[in-house]
Amino acid sequence: MYTTDLTKQPGKPDNVKPIGPAEDSALVAAFEARVAADEFIEPKDWMPEAYRRTLVRQISQHAHSEIVGMLPEGNWITRAPSLRRKAILLAKVQDEAGHGLYLYCAAETLGTSREEMIEALHSGKAKYSTIFNYPTLTWADIAAIGWLVDGAAIMNQVPLQRTSYGPYARAMVRICKEESFHQRQGYEAMMELANGTPEQKRMAQDAFNRWWWPSLMMFGPPDENSPNTAQSLRWRIKRETNDELRQKFVDITVPQAEYLGLTVPDPDLKWNEDKGGYDFGEIDWDEFYAVVRGEGPVARERMTARREAWESNAWVREAAAAHEAKRRERVAA
Amino acid sequence: MAEQARPHGAFDAPSDAHDPIRAGYVLRLGDDSLILGQRLSEWCGHAPSVEVDLSLSNLALDLVGQATLLLGAAGDADTLAFKRDVLDFRNCLLVEQPNGDFARTMVRQLLFSTWQHLLYQRLAVGTDEQLAGIAAKAVKEVAYHRELAGEWVVRLGDGTEESARRTADGLDWCWRFVPELFEVDAELEEACRCGLAVDPRSFEEEYRASIAAVLQEAKMAQPADQRPILGGRRGHHSEHLGHLLAIMQYLPRTYPDAKW
Repeated sequence: MYTTDLTKQPGKPDNVKPIGPAEDSALVAAFEARVAADEFIEPKDWMPEAYRRTLVRQISQHAHSEIVGMLPEGNWITRAPSLRRKAILLAKVQDEAGHGLYLYCAAETLGTSREEMIEALHSGKAKYSTIFNYPTLTWADIAAIGWLVDGAAIMNQVPLQRTSYGPYARAMVRICKEESFHQRQGYEAMMELANGTPEQKRMAQDAFNRWWWPSLMMFGPPDENSPNTAQSLRWRIKRETNDELRQKFVDITVPQAEYLGLTVPDPDLKWNEDKGGYDFGEIDWDEFYAVVRGEGPVARERMTARREAWESNAWVREAAAAHEAKRRERVAA
Repeated sequence: MAEQARPHGAFDAPSDAHDPIRAGYVLRLGDDSLILGQRLSEWCGHAPSVEVDLSLSNLALDLVGQATLLLGAAGDADTLAFKRDVLDFRNCLLVEQPNGDFARTMVRQLLFSTWQHLLYQRLAVGTDEQLAGIAAKAVKEVAYHRELAGEWVVRLGDGTEESARRTADGLDWCWRFVPELFEVDAELEEACRCGLAVDPRSFEEEYRASIAAVLQEAKMAQPADQRPILGGRRGHHSEHLGHLLAIMQYLPRTYPDAKW
């Protein structure tokens, strides 16, 4: 799963500053030329501080999203309605833990430790995808997450396989392969519900109603309020704008919903022949920014669960470290 | 095994109706894997580190996979998993024990996986082709579970004072359920007699020695023997199993006509 680059306030850049005079202009020029030539930047290469900071923020947000994203799905593993669905969900959540790990490793190559990143998540300083602050109320939500949330994630992540930072791009190649399985299983689970009993159909439509708009919000603020986008495009951290990706997602997903017999919860949705895409209604940006600020419906529950898991198990990590130290001592003796 | 038409919803009539002994034995194995897989999946998202979360969900996935094959050899796997009540479950009491803290989870895993590994090594070369095939596939997974749990018990036992205390508590909790793993009742005796099952007493000594070796490396004292708690194989479980089933079975029971 994926988080886009989240800023705390509309119109206010978070961290990215223009390239400062403090940095050697020859180095900057050489860096920008490499990026423009689609070369990968590697950990030991020189890079502008703002590039490094943007990447650490974006990659760690992405890693945190994978980890927090285990919670809404974990909520249903124990209640998955068949052995096959349970196995699929376990495999999916396992993939997500793996994605979190690759991404933390990719971010660590930029000089920030995993402990620092986790501390930033738990203190509320670091963000994660707004989508995980919505609750999973029924089994259909698990199907909807696979179909819509992982679908949106793929849309975001495919271009990131060509992002300019080498370790991030390579992590993305691996992640994308697994995400496409996540999306397919979600759609397949949704199909079963949409073709099922009246109760299952109701569940499916209700989940679709609740997840549609938050999925559109996953692409981040509109381009006119996405101050980091221009810089990120220039540095090829991003390859397409939020609105471009959002439009692609709508155009692909609406026919899928129609095939399922589900109604898109947007009275303004209509095909626009001229642009060859759908026009859709206004996203509730107040809600988006509120969720980014940590006011999502289950934001407290998610963070409490993460902190509790971390704090109540601190003794395990301490024991592992103590044991390792003893072992080394014995080897040295 | 020959395909046979079964009456709809006849979950208590094993597909291999000619051989209730076989179905009963396979059910014991399948229920062990299913219930432990269900328990481990409760950890998802709440483990001490991302690496541990990965390991635990990996174990759970292996166990659910084993359960699917084993219950499938006894009947319709989903019907067996989701439509039976407590009295019809045949798992041992150890696997249904609540997770407790991470130390208890790992002790439970060590005690079970060691037993399962020794058993499956033997079943894999057994005479029942289907069961041997399932065991041969699972034995590789279980070898890893045993190794992982052993490493954690050593780390925690020989870690800090707190982790050693918690590991001792976990052992103390789980130890009374170990004798059940080696209990041979009339049903199991019959399954052994016809060459299907393995008599667990044949590897009890090896089991005890293996656990003792891990505990020694973990600098943990061997727990004193406790009065055995038995009954799981006859459907007499702890109070915990009903709650586990209530969660696990809630959807198929609420919507009995639905397919998922």
